[in-house]
Amino acid sequence: MKSTKYQLPIFLALVLLAAIALCGIFPAHAQEIAKNQPQAKIDTGDTAWVLMSAALVFLMTPGLAFFYGGLVRRKNVLSILMQCMVALCVISIQWVLCGYSLSFCPGNGFFGSLQWLGLNGVGLTPYAAYAPTIPHQAFMIFQAMFAVITPALIIGAFAERMKFSAYLIFIALWSLLIYNPICHWVWGVGGFLRNMGTLDFAGGIVVHINAGIASLVAAIVLGKRKGHEHTAPRPPHNLPLTVLGAGLLWFGWFGFNAGSALGANGIAVNAFVVTNTAAAAGGIAWAILEWLANGQPTMLGTVTGAIAGLAAITPAAGFVSVMPSLIIGLLASVFCFIAVAVIKPKFGYDDSLDAFGVHGISGIWGVIAVGLFASKAVNPLGADGLFFGNPHQLYVQAIAALIAVGYAFAGSFIIMKLVGIFTDMRVTDDEEAIGLDLSQHQEGAYTILE
Amino acid sequence: MKLIIAIIQPYKLEAVMEELDKAEIHLKTVSHVLGCGRQKGRSEIYRGVKEAGNLLKKVRLEIAVNDNYVEATIKAITTAAKTGQVGDGKIFVLDLENCQRIRTGEKGAEAIG
Repeated sequence: MKSTKYQLPIFLALVLLAAIALCGIFPAHAQEIAKNQPQAKIDTGDTAWVLMSAALVFLMTPGLAFFYGGLVRRKNVLSILMQCMVALCVISIQWVLCGYSLSFCPGNGFFGSLQWLGLNGVGLTPYAAYAPTIPHQAFMIFQAMFAVITPALIIGAFAERMKFSAYLIFIALWSLLIYNPICHWVWGVGGFLRNMGTLDFAGGIVVHINAGIASLVAAIVLGKRKGHEHTAPRPPHNLPLTVLGAGLLWFGWFGFNAGSALGANGIAVNAFVVTNTAAAAGGIAWAILEWLANGQPTMLGTVTGAIAGLAAITPAAGFVSVMPSLIIGLLASVFCFIAVAVIKPKFGYDDSLDAFGVHGISGIWGVIAVGLFASKAVNPLGADGLFFGNPHQLYVQAIAALIAVGYAFAGSFIIMKLVGIFTDMRVTDDEEAIGLDLSQHQEGAYTILE
Repeated sequence: MKLIIAIIQPYKLEAVMEELDKAEIHLKTVSHVLGCGRQKGRSEIYRGVKEAGNLLKKVRLEIAVNDNYVEATIKAITTAAKTGQVGDGKIFVLDLENCQRIRTGEKGAEAIG
């Protein structure tokens, strides 16, 4: 018994040590690359903003932890927080070891090359193809935070029932096989979607479609939570925690979108303004929809709408002006409301906290919306959309979204099944009833007597 | 009239409620309580230190029933809450002197259902 219990942690420790040993071999080579790079001028304002933005995006993962944590039952809140914080640990390490290289090192159309393993050659001078005015490592750490929060978003789909060890293996594989490639396709030099002219300012495809579709797959493969077969879901155990989390997400999203301008410039300001506007439109739209449909607007609905608006504006933030962002945020809530309140009950999958219903749907809508509302007047490096006389962009966006949906769906399904061969994906029925806090982590979030 | 007080494992509450519903016993009061029996229970660990905690989290059910429902209630609770392990809990059956519905002023057997 003991030996199986310690298998995974020992294996993880060995992988970590091996990786560190491997990367220690290259440092001499790294300095050579740094020397050979053309000296570009570092802009202090740009660098300050991108570092600040990286910290803002970092905060979104703990924010997401509270957002999700408040929504589950009290016996599972720690398991959610733990999954989010562990994603920060695991993916941060994966990113510097191999994730960044696979995602951003110029390679073929599908994968980055392995030259930047262990951040070899990723130095403190700018890498002009990505960001000519900030140190290369600033760009790297900014992107690291995106790589962390994306798998963390999926937690909402398998909340309250996934085994912790299976979760660890799942996010490690998922980052490597789904996030890193799709990130390379869309943003990496040589990526085939990038070369096709796909516009994804801050991660509508890379983050939201990707995580949203994986969520749908995870919810379907894992099956429903116990007790959700024929009864309505239990109410959230702590909504104020959820609202706190939503506030942190909204706040962090300024770094997510405005930071994606990779400089303290006009595009960043545009992204900042449309981000706030779309979130506001999404929040109020959801409240109104509930008012009409159920008679009362709810707190949970309002913050859910704001998150939908934020996710939808993500790919568009640097390409659209403020009036379209109102429409993008508003319609994001309409589409997500339909997904969550109509489609989910109809098909009966248990996407526990609506990771697909909110991020997947608004991600797809946002990517399409770029094809409708993008304008070169906002960003000369972007493109015009359908409403500015360029229907081709809409076609490009739709194809890119479709490819990402297909790959994320098939890939996530295979990974879930693969991990399922080696370990149970779900906790046992008893452990699920006791709650993941006690059964997976031997801790309880709350006491009765103080 | 009897008052049935059951102390059960918290994670068995849903199953017990389901069984009670099946037996058409719908009125109950539920509370979180702490208690200790003879079992060791699932202790929690904080930063690697095992918590001593003799008191364990339990759920307490209070159900007032007419005499002819006593056996059905006990059966429903035991069916759902029994695991065979130490710590499954206990059921206490008390004589109930009176009962009055606040809204209507009804008393006794009528007020219970």
